[in-house]
Amino acid sequence: MFSDTDLLKFVFGRLTLEAIPYHEPILVATFVAVAVGGIGLVGLITYYRFWGTLWRDWLTSVDHKKIGIMYVILALVMLLRGFADAIMMRLQQAMAFGGSEGYLPPHHYDQVFTAHGVIMIFFMAMPFVTGLMNFVVPLQIGARDVSFPFLNNFSFWMTTAGAIIIMLSLFVGEFARTGWLAYPPLSGADYSPGVGVDYYIWGLQVAGIGTTLSGINLIATIVKMRAPGMTMMKMPVFTWTSLCTNVLIVATFPVLTATLALLTLDRYAGTNFFTNDLGGNPMMYVNLIWIWGHPEVYILILPAFGIFSEVVATFCGKRLFGYASMVYATVVITILSYIVWLHHFFTMGSGASVNAFFGITTMIISIPTGAKMFNWLFTMYRGRIRYEVPMLWTVGFMVTFVIGGMTGVLLAVPPADFVLHNSLFLIAHFHNVIIGGVVFGLMAGVVYWFPKAFGFRLDPFWGKISFWFWLTGFYFAFMPLYVLGLMGVTRRVSQFEDPSLQIWFVIAAFGAFLIALGILSMLIQLVVSFIKREELRDTTGDPWDARTLEWSTSSPPPDYNFAFTPVVHDQDSWWDMKKRGHSRPVGGFKPIHMPRNTGTGVILGAISVVFAFGMVWYMWWLAGLAFLAMVVIAIGHTFNYDRDFYIPANVITQTEGKRTELLASEV
Amino acid sequence: MSTHAPTHEDAFEAHHGHSHGHEAGHGTFKSYVTGFVLSVILTAIPFWLVMAEVIDSPVLTAVIIMALGAIQIVVHMIFFLHMNTRSEGGWTMMALIFTIVLVAIALSGSLWVMHHLNANMMPMSPEMMKNMP
Repeated sequence: MFSDTDLLKFVFGRLTLEAIPYHEPILVATFVAVAVGGIGLVGLITYYRFWGTLWRDWLTSVDHKKIGIMYVILALVMLLRGFADAIMMRLQQAMAFGGSEGYLPPHHYDQVFTAHGVIMIFFMAMPFVTGLMNFVVPLQIGARDVSFPFLNNFSFWMTTAGAIIIMLSLFVGEFARTGWLAYPPLSGADYSPGVGVDYYIWGLQVAGIGTTLSGINLIATIVKMRAPGMTMMKMPVFTWTSLCTNVLIVATFPVLTATLALLTLDRYAGTNFFTNDLGGNPMMYVNLIWIWGHPEVYILILPAFGIFSEVVATFCGKRLFGYASMVYATVVITILSYIVWLHHFFTMGSGASVNAFFGITTMIISIPTGAKMFNWLFTMYRGRIRYEVPMLWTVGFMVTFVIGGMTGVLLAVPPADFVLHNSLFLIAHFHNVIIGGVVFGLMAGVVYWFPKAFGFRLDPFWGKISFWFWLTGFYFAFMPLYVLGLMGVTRRVSQFEDPSLQIWFVIAAFGAFLIALGILSMLIQLVVSFIKREELRDTTGDPWDARTLEWSTSSPPPDYNFAFTPVVHDQDSWWDMKKRGHSRPVGGFKPIHMPRNTGTGVILGAISVVFAFGMVWYMWWLAGLAFLAMVVIAIGHTFNYDRDFYIPANVITQTEGKRTELLASEV
Repeated sequence: MSTHAPTHEDAFEAHHGHSHGHEAGHGTFKSYVTGFVLSVILTAIPFWLVMAEVIDSPVLTAVIIMALGAIQIVVHMIFFLHMNTRSEGGWTMMALIFTIVLVAIALSGSLWVMHHLNANMMPMSPEMMKNMP
């Protein structure tokens, strides 16, 4: 018979009451705030009787537009979490001088910087990028959905499941204290025996499945489902960059999965792939993780480049300068991004030949990027530039990204890197390119495509306020870090001795505060725009006088996107159609074949959270049952033959008729 | 929503039907059997090499087994995955070439890097550590 402790151990694994951080006032306050917010949200949904709609029209939806919007909502929520971590770090570093220990003990500070990195890359930037691609790409290529609509829903829920696993670590147990890439031997079982690294591993593995599958889905969509006449060289630039990004995703995420699986074996099964002794080699982990990690940064930046290309062409009223060179630059960056990974560990001890090779390839990558920059500049040259909010983000990006690019080339010089590696100069550099490139791009994309998604524009006043806070906040927050890095201050330090450094950290904290105001203005902008939605209503479907196919349909688009698949004759096909006096078809509609919604994706995502929780806490029975349930449900889903329906022609006639009236009332 | 079947294909269907046209042909009975037999032979040889200890040098045995494994991959791709230069309008071949290039980069690069690290860093004494660049 079991003794009590044996039974408890079997049921709860290593989960004890001690794992709930009720003795940490910061976490208790956070938990209370989250709980109150959660209860409020549930209350509101119940009050407005929204549960049915939420389940039927959103959570189970296989519509690429709704899934894209849900991805972006996930990204915005995680942005708030990741930014909360950032401002905690800035506050701690501004305070902890001359004997003061600040308010975050080191073990807490280490979790905060790890969580910040993991969340911002995997659960803010990635879902944001995937969300925009999901929403825009099928519309841009004149398709009715992605190639595999159910897979799309499943991918989204796996990504969300990963995010939930990471968020769980805040209130049950702890998070990794290893930095965002969890280098061994620190992340091995010897030095990180707790659950932090396990939360990290399972969160990323679950989300990684979603990312990889959505990559496959979008590649198939772009390759197979373009409108007739849209050859590869007539695809919009955003679709091109999306294609390259998804190729990168499909080619590199398996490397991450395999590397983390080896680390998992080290931690769970006692193997010695990355340990210090018994033939293990931690440097192999660093090598492998950066084979994934470097392409990852291009996965993030390429779609942003695509967004800027669309925005520049639209708001300058000109065809994009050098379309072909833009496409080739994108493809060259895709290939080159695979042969630069060693620049992340120049100092690890490779010889001169290796470092020289990877230093040179890294510098070469700045050439296609520079070519893109000139293309945008020449598009603006003698264009009729309208400084709407997306264009402001674009100009802000061009200035900021060039600075980040130049410090990047500086770091690509191995001798310089020996001085600057692991310093705040590096931190300033990658925030410079990720905020100045990726985040600005995503913001431009949101403002640009928001009217397409919701049928009304975002309020430009609050948009401009948000932009200026972000821009100035960025410079205040990160230029001091360049200075500190050149003075030799290293990253991931929670307390400082030298009081002369404090002023720089105070300036950086002020910058973070400005960015906080930028995020706040963005939230206000959403609320204000919702209140003023009638005034900001877009009845034409083409509020910016834009150039690509997504603007040829109504805002928001009908479920089926296009009543008739458009035929493409030129790049910027919508512009071409407008110029040739294109008239909308108003009759002769035929029934449209559509995929049916399914709850399998949500259910599988939820069970993955349970599975990961069981694995993290060594509750083997729970993990085993959850895994079994996943397999059974996945197989069961294949027997569901009720997965499509037809939208009858009269419904389409009605929908399109309403649009005809709306368009006529405009003129 | 009504589920009545339409009398004729709409544009979406036609579009899909069009994309099905390029798909790789499904194999014949003969090609499957050929592939199966080849796979069995290519699997049996390594077992025989190891169990009967045919070659004295274990290194040479390992190399031969690796080579047979590589041939096995090709057999699977041709007979079971039906890959050729024409299927899917050349996209499968392009994807294959891309994959091979990337795997080659990752493998050769890792070997190169790890060899350097091994040569430079492994027999590390405090004395050597001091003289590191």
